[in-house]
Amino acid sequence: MKNTIELTLKVWRQKISEDKGKFETYEVKDIDTSMSFLEMLDVLNEKLTLEGDEPIAFDHDCREGVCGMCGAIVNGEAHGPQKATTLCQLHMRKFKNKDTVVIEPWRAKGFPVIKDLVVDRGSFDRIIAAGGYISVKTGSAPEANNQPIKHENAELAFDAAACIGCGACVAACPNASAMLFTSAKISHLNLLPQGQLEAKERVVQMVEKMDEEGFGNCSNEYECEAACPKEISVSNIARMNREYRDAKFSV
Amino acid sequence: MLDSKIPEGPMKDKWTNHKSKIKLVNPANKRKYHVIVVGTGLAGSAAAATLSELGYNVKVFCIQDSPRRAHSIAAQGGINAAKNYPNDGDSIHRLFYDTVKGGDYRSREANVHRLAEVSNNIIDQCVAQGVPFAREYAGYLDNRSFGGAQVSRTFYARGQTGQQLLLGAYSALMKEVGKGAIDLHTRCEVLDIVVVKGVARGIVVRNLLTGEVTSHSADAVILATGGYSNAFYLSTNAKACNVTASWRAHKRGALLANPCYTQIHPTCIPVHGDYQSKLTLMSESLRNDGRVWVPKQAKDDRSPKDIPENERDYYLERKYPSFGNLVPRDLASRNAKYVCDDGFGVGATGEAVYLDFADAINRLGKDVIKARYGNLFEMYDRITNSSPYQDPMMIYPALHYTMGGLWVDYNLMSNLPGLFVLGEANFSDHGANRLGASALMQGLADGYFIIPYTIGDYLAQNPSGQIDANLPEFKESEQKIKDKTQKILKIEGKKTVDDFHRELGKLLWNNCGMSRNEKGLKEALEKIPEIRDEFSKNVNVPGSDADLNQALERAGRVSDFLEFGETLIYDALHRKESCGGHFREESQTEEGEALRDDDNFAYVAAWQYQGVGKIPNLIKEPLTFEEVPLSQRSYK
Repeated sequence: MKNTIELTLKVWRQKISEDKGKFETYEVKDIDTSMSFLEMLDVLNEKLTLEGDEPIAFDHDCREGVCGMCGAIVNGEAHGPQKATTLCQLHMRKFKNKDTVVIEPWRAKGFPVIKDLVVDRGSFDRIIAAGGYISVKTGSAPEANNQPIKHENAELAFDAAACIGCGACVAACPNASAMLFTSAKISHLNLLPQGQLEAKERVVQMVEKMDEEGFGNCSNEYECEAACPKEISVSNIARMNREYRDAKFSV
Repeated sequence: MLDSKIPEGPMKDKWTNHKSKIKLVNPANKRKYHVIVVGTGLAGSAAAATLSELGYNVKVFCIQDSPRRAHSIAAQGGINAAKNYPNDGDSIHRLFYDTVKGGDYRSREANVHRLAEVSNNIIDQCVAQGVPFAREYAGYLDNRSFGGAQVSRTFYARGQTGQQLLLGAYSALMKEVGKGAIDLHTRCEVLDIVVVKGVARGIVVRNLLTGEVTSHSADAVILATGGYSNAFYLSTNAKACNVTASWRAHKRGALLANPCYTQIHPTCIPVHGDYQSKLTLMSESLRNDGRVWVPKQAKDDRSPKDIPENERDYYLERKYPSFGNLVPRDLASRNAKYVCDDGFGVGATGEAVYLDFADAINRLGKDVIKARYGNLFEMYDRITNSSPYQDPMMIYPALHYTMGGLWVDYNLMSNLPGLFVLGEANFSDHGANRLGASALMQGLADGYFIIPYTIGDYLAQNPSGQIDANLPEFKESEQKIKDKTQKILKIEGKKTVDDFHRELGKLLWNNCGMSRNEKGLKEALEKIPEIRDEFSKNVNVPGSDADLNQALERAGRVSDFLEFGETLIYDALHRKESCGGHFREESQTEEGEALRDDDNFAYVAAWQYQGVGKIPNLIKEPLTFEEVPLSQRSYK
């Protein structure tokens, strides 16, 4: 049985980075509630195209919540109202008939808007390039089971490694801080024995790169954790701060 | 003409012998060579990182905003290796044997053997990079049985093995980017492969943000651009997955091998509406504990809970008692189609079967099931609004992976010298059917452990040429691309790009999907040119080519699918046998199982481009089987 709703959408439109941008209002009808949020935008875009308007630009790719490409602020919340869910996995059954839905891009100094809902998250790649790796060249790895890893540490590292790099944490933070993202990557590597040798350089280089990219600081709002589609814990930020302090003062 | 360059000697020594004989580039000379890598999935990222570590100049291109988002990230289940940690009798030979047999004897033995040989190095490499594979409480790596394998050889990382492996390869790539050793270009789409005097010398790319078209020259070009499942519109592939780089290389002379070998994954969430943009895979591992069934009575619309045990048909267990629910993907998919075609399907569309966990929950408890599949159950619930803890899942097969691809020799080089093809984009290792947990293995094997040797052999024999990206071949290609873009923008027709894509997809799915026959394939050959023709007259692509224009990106990809689709059908039509994912209704046993024809079809079908809409030229590479005797697969 099909349930359909109609909605008023207020969508941020911005042709290029340099433009000011503004909200445009669109009415959408016959939205099947089992559609995903992005499918709803597809339907609107098809309509806009046939009416001679330019469709809304938005990033997306896997549409199964793992690539981290999609994301928008929906009614003030990064990725919308459903907890632990990327925008592509948000379904229209979470909305009511005649709702007004406001859709905006991530807004942060570190994520300049490219067009409409699309932002530039290249800063995340640059943070990783500053130290988010273990320097093992192909071919030089020892036998995998030579080094058992305590189950608890492996699990903690994994929890942090689940980050998909979508940027919701930055978008949700009042300071546009990238500390949840950065700390998740640092925790993932620093909690593993393989990551120990470079642990100090890693935390220093990544934190300093993060600052250089224009991201703000953490003031313990926990908005990042609440918005994170993979439920990455803010305890990673505490771990990062501790490791950063230790690294700076032990050098 | 087709020389697969398989090394001499016994199977188990071929790769070792080859490595000890191939030519090397000395360390001081490596920096004189330039290599372009297109695509940053497992194969591309691994290759780029490794070649840069060796000292080559590497330029990398990807279409996403970050290399970490390539579609390898979506793989859930795991990666195979012959470590034999569980002590259950696995070996390189057994992994090799299973992969050749699973591929229904349509892959190259030597390639597959090498894949099995390097599988163990992959696990070592990934663990050293910090990939958080599942571990036992003692701290050692855990393995599980996957996709019907008789041994537990699959390494996994919760339900996100692809993501964790890709993050490993991506971190290796970014390490080189951070050192300034790799020149990385994101949001760039490759639109042509430039061939100068018969040798691949570079690429022409379009910057997706600015529309700028630029040329890049190199001593060798590596395509690691993935598969073509999205030709079918609805597939489990990410939306940006496309055939463009491969197809355009094909139009420049690269042979396309076995395009009709497509894999249809049995456990996906069924289609629920016309607006549907993609299909979602539910990991194959679910079949370890889930039981597949449909009601015994056709068009039974009772709730599954109200259907008593004796009125349920556990058709896989009934037909294949020794493998049951764990039969290979092609069999599981085809049987789902049969029961639905006969009217036993469930759900709103009748195109779904149940995957039921009730027995497993009773036997093992909800907690155990939650630990095994919790994230998948949540994902299913989020999409369908139904909890698999309470009600059986509904699943249906969907396009998932393509075994066919650009033809490569043993060195992973296409017939165009200087053009190498890795991962899903090549045709080489999976034959007519890929086994579970072996796509990740192949991508990383190609990238980390094969191309670094074989490309060196090629480069060592070819002086580092300072090929100029201003050569007429580059300029002509740039102009052609710009003209094509303008042409598309000026059509201003009445249908959207997706309208055409959906139309092509439906046609391919219905006529060249889980089961294929001559009549349907011939019908598709008539219809594809009609769709293509209408596309060129009636597509509407708004906006300009000077900024981000996603409709324009899609238009380019769909126009390639509309050309490529015809070659896929020609291949399916010519292969009158059934093998692996290619089931020809005319070729089946009395019991309705796939019937191979080894006398006439034990070859790789490599197609040579003859022009849009022209019948491509077939070139055969015969397959010989020395180690794995040809036999009919049986999972009864």
